[in-house]
Amino acid sequence: MLGRTLREVSVALKQGQITPTELCRKCLSRIQRTKFLNAYITVSEEVALKQAEESEKRYKNGRSLGDLDGIPVAVKDNFSTSGIETTCASNMLKGYIPPFNATVVQKLLDQGALLLGKTNLDEFAMGSGSTDGAFGPVKNPWSFSKQYREQKREQRRPKLHREREGTDWLIAGGSSGGSAAAVSALTCFAALGSDTGGSTRNPAAHCGLVGFKPSYGLVSRHGLIPLVNSMDVPGILTRCVDDTAIVLGVLAGHDPKDSTTVQDPVKPFTLPSLTDVSKLCIGIPKEYLVPELSSEIRSLWSKAADLFESAGAKVIEVSLPHTSYSIVCYHVLCTSEVASNMARFDGLEYGHRCDVSVSTEAMYAATRREGFNDVVRGRILSGNFFLLKENYENYFIKAQKVRRLIANDFVNVFNSGVDILLTPTTLSEAVPFLEFIKEDNRTRSAQDDIFTQAVNMAGLPAVSVPAALSAQGLPVGLQFIGRAFCDQKLLTVARWFEQQVQFPVLQLQGLMDDCSSAFENEKLASVSLKQ
Amino acid sequence: MAARAVWLAFRGGLGRRQAFSTKANVQVKARVAERTSPVTHALRFIPQGSGRITVEVIEHLERLALVDFGSREAVARLEKAVAFADRLREVDTDGVEPMESVLEDRCLYLRSDNVAEGNCAEELLQNSHRVMEEYFVAPPGNISLPKLVNKNPSYTAKW
Repeated sequence: MLGRTLREVSVALKQGQITPTELCRKCLSRIQRTKFLNAYITVSEEVALKQAEESEKRYKNGRSLGDLDGIPVAVKDNFSTSGIETTCASNMLKGYIPPFNATVVQKLLDQGALLLGKTNLDEFAMGSGSTDGAFGPVKNPWSFSKQYREQKREQRRPKLHREREGTDWLIAGGSSGGSAAAVSALTCFAALGSDTGGSTRNPAAHCGLVGFKPSYGLVSRHGLIPLVNSMDVPGILTRCVDDTAIVLGVLAGHDPKDSTTVQDPVKPFTLPSLTDVSKLCIGIPKEYLVPELSSEIRSLWSKAADLFESAGAKVIEVSLPHTSYSIVCYHVLCTSEVASNMARFDGLEYGHRCDVSVSTEAMYAATRREGFNDVVRGRILSGNFFLLKENYENYFIKAQKVRRLIANDFVNVFNSGVDILLTPTTLSEAVPFLEFIKEDNRTRSAQDDIFTQAVNMAGLPAVSVPAALSAQGLPVGLQFIGRAFCDQKLLTVARWFEQQVQFPVLQLQGLMDDCSSAFENEKLASVSLKQ
Repeated sequence: MAARAVWLAFRGGLGRRQAFSTKANVQVKARVAERTSPVTHALRFIPQGSGRITVEVIEHLERLALVDFGSREAVARLEKAVAFADRLREVDTDGVEPMESVLEDRCLYLRSDNVAEGNCAEELLQNSHRVMEEYFVAPPGNISLPKLVNKNPSYTAKW
């Protein structure tokens, strides 16, 4: 039951094959058994069971609220949840209990969804590995999959001893790595992430999921603790494109509490079935073919283009000339907005407060020193540097100008007749944690966001779809980019692709069995892994 | 099949083009290394003469950000971040207007100025560590942070 898609389990609920409470309990026990993934920061068991009970009553009375009624979901821990701790994986917000729900959370609950818990992330969503949070790193469920383990046994025999020590696991990607791990490990059917520079698409690619970033202005940011206001969007992580469309249908639309949501009436997001792609023009941006791209992903990308071509679509090479400056531009704009956004954390009204009481400023400074990690402090300092009076024009304004050039690149390509752009999502498949932490956060983010952040600067919708398993047995995702507010068309094409490639499911028996041996040294004896 | 050949041809061509830009990247990296090396080897907490970022700027930033650097590595990180950002200078932006928002061509929604919700003072005060009646309590104000110069690295611990 847990391996089903959201749509399938929704049908099962409607037909009474399972009750919301039974489903909720199954998911909660699954969360317990996969605790070692560190996907969740908070598990809201009581809340979820209560919601399940109410959902059950609705089903009994024949008054279910729709597709999401009784469906267990998870939410990244940077969305405010009324009465449930919201930490942003930072010491700064440990113990903070918001008095309100983010609009997207409220919309899910209004449709009867069950909130299982809050998922792990990089502190304040700053990172690309989900390794830099105050509650420890997230482990990629594929590290323990049958597919990966079997390949590894064949390829890297000498490294087996490390596996025994429980350190040879892969990163989940980030910053919404907890949400990705939660959906991938079948603890829930959909999860909210956030996407500022690729934070939903990157972990989706690494965990073999669909990761969707909607057009900026389509989905409300109210209650999403801001990182970069001009680029942040809530993201959706599911196991198939159809499920994403269902969740988007619930979330999309104007919110009076977010003045940057557009007021255009939202069309339904049910996806028409696409049988003929011959009228479609797919653009392949040549600047995305960088030398750092793994040869395997490069060839999968090429195969995907061939797939469209052989089905009759027009596939052409296009140019986005400012691509190589995009990540630099993003870096300046991101740190600058971060510097401004993080000013709200001062220890007075909410969050961590230090013991210093010499002066208000001293209290602010010491609180922020204790509350933020190195990465967050580093970005605040960089941002403040770019915003200094003497630097403002040369860095901040300059970056805003380059941002326009980048956004115009996309406009020009779409105006030339291209419908959808096809690119890789990441440079390589998920890397081992020990490999990942060799580089610092800024360097890593610059590499890992390379294909994803330009879309945020231009406000376009984009989705990462799992394409195939690599030779190592790990998921590889490809990214589709659409015109602003053509989210439905984008998902329609993504679904066509999904149907062609038939991405394999994570083999769970492998996960459960291998974990019991790989983690016996991590004092998880109390968690029964072999059920 | 012919189309496939075209696709492969463009990939081959691209490989060469990109090799050129890799070289440029290496040069940038080398520049970064030059600039940061004095920081790495400096014995003092605050690096001096390590390029554009002076002690004064570091102090100024710490005051503005209300975050201290805390280590030589943090200063080195800033210098790397700035060197990375310097690549923007290569882009010709003459006559280009800065872009603040992707929704710049739309009207911003403004709701009517009526109170729609509120009366939640008590709820909000519950998240604060120190309150008195309906006030947040702060330590004495109008005292600026002590000067950084002549201070040892662990100064924050003494406050």
